[in-house]
Amino acid sequence: MNKLSVSLSEIYALENLARRKLWINELHPLPKLIVTITYIAALTGVAKYDVGGVLVMGVYLAIAFGLSDLSLAKALRRMRLVLPLVCCLGLANPLLDGNRIMLGAFSFSAGWLSLLTLACKGVFAVLASYQLIATTPIDKICAALRAVRVPQILVVQILLTYRYVVLLLKQANNISQAYSLRAPRQKGLHFKVWGSLLGQLLLRSFDRADALYGSMLLRGFRGEYYYAASAAKPRLREVAYLVAMAALILILRCLPAIKAVGASLTGGLP
Amino acid sequence: MHMADALVNPAVAGTMYVASAAVAAYSIKKVRQENDARKIPLMGIMGAFVFAAQMLNFTIPGTGSSGHLCGGLLLAALLGPYAAFLTMIAILTIQCLLFADGGLLALGCNIWNMAFYGCFIGYFGVWQPLLRSGASKAKIIAASVLGSVLTLQLGSLSVAVETTLSGITELPFGVFAVTMQSIHLAIGAVEGMIIACVLLFIYDARPELIDKNNAAAARFSYKKTLAALAAAAFLFGGAFSLAASENPDGLEWSLGQVAGTEELDADSPAHAQAAAIQEAIALLPDYAFKDSDSAYGTVFSGVFGSAVVILVGVGACVIGKFFRHQKYE
Repeated sequence: MNKLSVSLSEIYALENLARRKLWINELHPLPKLIVTITYIAALTGVAKYDVGGVLVMGVYLAIAFGLSDLSLAKALRRMRLVLPLVCCLGLANPLLDGNRIMLGAFSFSAGWLSLLTLACKGVFAVLASYQLIATTPIDKICAALRAVRVPQILVVQILLTYRYVVLLLKQANNISQAYSLRAPRQKGLHFKVWGSLLGQLLLRSFDRADALYGSMLLRGFRGEYYYAASAAKPRLREVAYLVAMAALILILRCLPAIKAVGASLTGGLP
Repeated sequence: MHMADALVNPAVAGTMYVASAAVAAYSIKKVRQENDARKIPLMGIMGAFVFAAQMLNFTIPGTGSSGHLCGGLLLAALLGPYAAFLTMIAILTIQCLLFADGGLLALGCNIWNMAFYGCFIGYFGVWQPLLRSGASKAKIIAASVLGSVLTLQLGSLSVAVETTLSGITELPFGVFAVTMQSIHLAIGAVEGMIIACVLLFIYDARPELIDKNNAAAARFSYKKTLAALAAAAFLFGGAFSLAASENPDGLEWSLGQVAGTEELDADSPAHAQAAAIQEAIALLPDYAFKDSDSAYGTVFSGVFGSAVVILVGVGACVIGKFFRHQKYE
């Protein structure tokens, strides 16, 4: 499968996950968004040698994935974009970090700890955002953005772009397939067709935008993109979820016993 | 160039969110002022187009590798910088949420690194100056390649700065920045060529799509620009001149390394004559009032110098414009 087909199937899979009838999917999107951002902020704030501190943050993910009935194996496929850059940067740490760690009779660079911490942060942050998007459709996330006063024009842009991404991906996929059938054993698009192939798609997109504008006007578009979630307000169970998860993140981040384990493992490095 | 959450700390991420939000707020204001409802669906569709187009592989001639489309500059050329910036925010948000391409916390950094430079620096720094007097194929190619290279260089430099400030890597900033810059130099050139090919096709098929935007952009306020430049000149010339370094500048330092002195002796009669003339006509010798070392003298000389430069610059433009009119009349 080419990149376009993979992207399309990923979007469909996420959409199906987000539309399931689980209680966590039914929750108001705002608490889920706040919890996810709080978790990622707390995670990235962990000190660079604090392996224990970062590993313990995985407890939140175990609970969140359990509540959301999500497969970890499928989620790990999303690492392919994140891990290479993170690891490339992190690999310099063992070589350049002058601090040494004593573990019994062995001495090794503290950079290995910062590399491990960095890799864990990368993986955990991606899993946390996956948990959010796999339990919350984009339109509901946009409703949460509107609830925190993100300007309407920006939210409408996200919704419209998302709405037409699938359509344009399909169209680009058709073009790409048609091209590859006519140009066998060729890896990508030949230099000579860069302009015409993409230009055609662009011109069709312009025409489609005109048609879309007409149809939006006929449906009474006045700048506001209405969706069901925009009317709903957080209820007691949403507040309970927010408080419980925020407390969990606070405990994981600040509990002295867990930090002590991390400190003993790292030999008391900051 | 999408940054993951692991590469930033909350302080850097928060700062970049604030910076990106400020630019977004200004862009929203400008798009609302345009009051063109037709642009809203167009921005959405164009966002989806860039999203899809970025997934196509473009074979780079003579190599085994491939390049991708750089969205910011293309969108700025077709939609204008403000609408393009908002469209890029939508694209980056969706990429981050759906494909984990860039982190949720690092979204502010990614918006800055990819949308801000592409839409504003690329547009106002390269595209608009080159195409102000009208589009042509050569100008479109030059603007696309130069704009793309410039914006990718700035974006990759920002990635190095943000990562280093976050304390993520032990890699020295210089090494990291140089590595990023050199990789993105090649990427920028290829992406620029892809944009150029697409825009040339559009220029042939629907030239009004490119010309329309440039005509609108050409109506910028000379008064406001002049006022902003004057304010900046007075600020730097006046207030900041007090904080000027006492260390020698690059030329003096180099001279010091080679000759052992920062100023060469000039005791020939010609030099003495020139020095006497300079002493007699200099209003503010050594950036101060004559026979005085006060700070006011330094500030005054900065402000006075700025005013003179502005007057000379504006005068030259007026004279140039006058003669140009004479020539065409």
